[in-house]
Amino acid sequence: MSAPLHQLTLAELGRRLAAREVSSAEVTGAFLERTRAVEPKVRAFLHRDEADALAQARASDERRARGEARGPLEGVPIGIKDVIAVKDQPLTCASRMLEKFISPYDATVTERLRAAGAVLWGRLNMDEFAMGSSTENSAFQKTANPWDLTRIPGGSSGGSAAAVAAGMAPAALGSDTGGSIRQPAALCGIVGLKPTYGMVSRYGLVAFASSLDQIGPMTRTVGDAALLLHAIAGHDPRDSTSLKQPVPDYAAAVAAPVRPWRLGVPREFFGEGLDPEVRAAIEAAIKYYESRGCLVRDVSLPHTDLALPVYYIIATAEASSNLARYDGVRYTHRSVRAADHVDLYFKSRAEGFGPEVKRRIILGTYVLSSGYYDAYYLRAQKVRTLIRGDFEAAFKDVDAVLTPTTPTAAFKHGEKADDPLAMYLSDVYTLSLNLAGLPGMSLPCGFTRAGLPIGMQLIGRPFAEADLLALAGLFESGHDFHTRHAPLS
Amino acid sequence: MLARFMSQAPTIDVDYVANLARLDLTAEEKARFAAQLGDILAYFEKLNAVDVTGVEPTAHAFPVFNVLDEDVERSGFTVAEALRNAPAVRDNQIVVPKVVEDA
Repeated sequence: MSAPLHQLTLAELGRRLAAREVSSAEVTGAFLERTRAVEPKVRAFLHRDEADALAQARASDERRARGEARGPLEGVPIGIKDVIAVKDQPLTCASRMLEKFISPYDATVTERLRAAGAVLWGRLNMDEFAMGSSTENSAFQKTANPWDLTRIPGGSSGGSAAAVAAGMAPAALGSDTGGSIRQPAALCGIVGLKPTYGMVSRYGLVAFASSLDQIGPMTRTVGDAALLLHAIAGHDPRDSTSLKQPVPDYAAAVAAPVRPWRLGVPREFFGEGLDPEVRAAIEAAIKYYESRGCLVRDVSLPHTDLALPVYYIIATAEASSNLARYDGVRYTHRSVRAADHVDLYFKSRAEGFGPEVKRRIILGTYVLSSGYYDAYYLRAQKVRTLIRGDFEAAFKDVDAVLTPTTPTAAFKHGEKADDPLAMYLSDVYTLSLNLAGLPGMSLPCGFTRAGLPIGMQLIGRPFAEADLLALAGLFESGHDFHTRHAPLS
Repeated sequence: MLARFMSQAPTIDVDYVANLARLDLTAEEKARFAAQLGDILAYFEKLNAVDVTGVEPTAHAFPVFNVLDEDVERSGFTVAEALRNAPAVRDNQIVVPKVVEDA
């Protein structure tokens, strides 16, 4: 018996479409049908436009019939996190502030997916303005982890991760400021890649922390991450922080012959708070790499325990500045209770933002305020330099660094909702590389006894996405974690 | 001098900061945020243990400077597109509360 279409990878769907064994209308229809069946349990989507998806699918089929197919993503549906602009679709960032906002333009990544022939499918739930680690900060709904519906899918790209893990989309785009692609990918048992800062355009990505934000692929397999990254990466003149770097053939890197890679394991990532089952899975992965001829050695990243405070100072400072634009005047929620134009700002923002966003605006405004700037913001930027230096030193001796993606598997809904610091600690392994601008990816490396996915993180040199994909592909080729499906009936 | 005020238990004047951020908070939010942000600021104290003498700050991991664009004409939004999400519109303009005082 062959697998249903919604369980196939991006690569396999692309092959069947190219061989005309199946049409995009059939493939897209299969994902819409699967979504209708399981979305009531998972609640990953904030908005679904089935008619629009099917129209895109028919247009793809017509292109192929005319001999104008655009490549490996032609006709396959891709889910989009609700922080990335798609023309004429909602762009709420899971916030009341943008509840009625309809995007007047496409993000660059959206344009590139269209140019690659992909079918843009749905608006995926997230923590409000990408601030959170559980998707519980969405103003609209909580998303369930498909592996255990009582647990969180991770965040902030929790809707993207849950949709892919539940077979409602073969792949999705997420965004990652401190782990928001990798942490939910790990907790939902899929692959997530945060590119080097500047490798993927941020044009049309609603800004959270501009010096840290990157868009990246969330997929079932390493090969699919390579395909999707290839479609969205590359210089964009509309993003002034976009870098003029060549885009290598990532798919070829995944399939390349095994090299004797040198892998570093930072002892600072294996201390207090690391769950024993997660530790055991990572140690097994290390043994696997050694068995495949890789050299594994200890490395030291001595400023690791400072990454969390540095991150929350820099990210909230940038957020407080970026979110000043939501003022009730031009395109956001507007309070009807305002007494005058200044009161309009105060009340519109009070009504439009949820608690975590308010908390971060207050913190970010405080660390930038007169008298505290040097003590917090400037000092954090200096320690950021030290954190980058740690990685630069480590990469003199190793090709990549291997760590757990998260300290524990997925936690329960509500478990950390009232303790922001405990929630922030769930990103403790992922955020240091955003500060350093480095690429990182998470891939499935095991399951807990309770059946929850465990992820491992690979961190690379700047622009070494191809190395990460090769190493991840080497691991995937010796394991079957990526072939398992969440037990949704 | 920095070390002196940072070594005290950090407190945050939520009223003052909320005013800077143009954000109305309820009494309940103020009390909760003051307690939670106090914990977070205490955690940030870790940064004082590290010597940053002579260390340059990092604003961007890979800074790019002087990005220039060709001076070519491009189409932008139409008025209707630009105003589509505005909360209140009249005569192709966004309506806001009166900004000037009555004479």
